[in-house]
Amino acid sequence: MDISTFKPAFVYTIYIASTPEKIWQALTSAEFSRQYFSGFAVELEEKVGGTFRVLMPDGSLHISGDVIVCDPPRKLVMTWDVNWPGLIEALGSTLVTYDIEPSGETVKLTLTQSHDRELSDDILSGGRAGWPAILSSLKSLLETGKVPAIQMEPPLKLLAALKEMGIKVPGM
Amino acid sequence: MSKPEFVYVTFIETTPDKLWQALTNGDFTECYWFGYRLDSDWKVGSSMTLGKGGNVMDECVILESDPPRRISYSWHPIYDDDMAKEKPSRVTLDLEPRGKVVKLTVTHQDFPEHSKVLPSISGGWPMVFASLKTFLETGQPLSLDPTSGT
Repeated sequence: MDISTFKPAFVYTIYIASTPEKIWQALTSAEFSRQYFSGFAVELEEKVGGTFRVLMPDGSLHISGDVIVCDPPRKLVMTWDVNWPGLIEALGSTLVTYDIEPSGETVKLTLTQSHDRELSDDILSGGRAGWPAILSSLKSLLETGKVPAIQMEPPLKLLAALKEMGIKVPGM
Repeated sequence: MSKPEFVYVTFIETTPDKLWQALTNGDFTECYWFGYRLDSDWKVGSSMTLGKGGNVMDECVILESDPPRRISYSWHPIYDDDMAKEKPSRVTLDLEPRGKVVKLTVTHQDFPEHSKVLPSISGGWPMVFASLKTFLETGQPLSLDPTSGT
């Protein structure tokens, strides 16, 4: 897959009192992700060309992708495609990059969401709302051992924009 | 093209009242804001300074104050000649309860083209908010070097 055509649409940086190894583990294992990512299970085949999946709490497939760069515990790049009929055809693939770097006695985690085309603010509002909640929860989990429940509002602008494009969101 | 601005969101397990205090009390900010104090009476039109060790780094003016929901102030760094020449930008902090946590949003806007302040604050706010979150959730700030620029 040629990722040179992808441009960053959303970047989020967070500093966590932890180690790069623990952050890598938290980002790539279901045991951790179930706690900070709405009960979703992350599955990663740790090699370039490996598969990446996120399963819903009921075990059904929510997100699937291919691993593009795998350099534990420093950098992970993969496609991140939500399993809604017609979504990839309409929006193209999503590319997600995690950069993990020591910074002082903490670790700087940078999430970059990239696309191969211009997307509207309404479409991008889903990631802009979701990533800060997911990564704030990940930080709380690694620093305090627990995750405070965040009451999230449904991503109304995203859902309306998808409906406009004829994409059916399951359960909506 | 949208105007250049910086938006950053974090979620902190605390109450809006405690978060308001942490954002506006100099003794509090000194603990997590890498030794910086914010000093003001927080009334609209009043001045606010951000300083460290008695040196003022930013000269600001309170633009909006609605405890514990919203605070807005102008932002004018004076420690760097180029930044001091830029017209002040605007910081708005929004605090929204979300169950047992508070959603904290900083919107930093009104930058001139080719602003030198914008890249500086884009690196700075995530450090300040990360340390604030850790401080409120664990009682300890983050051990970070804000001058490293990364």
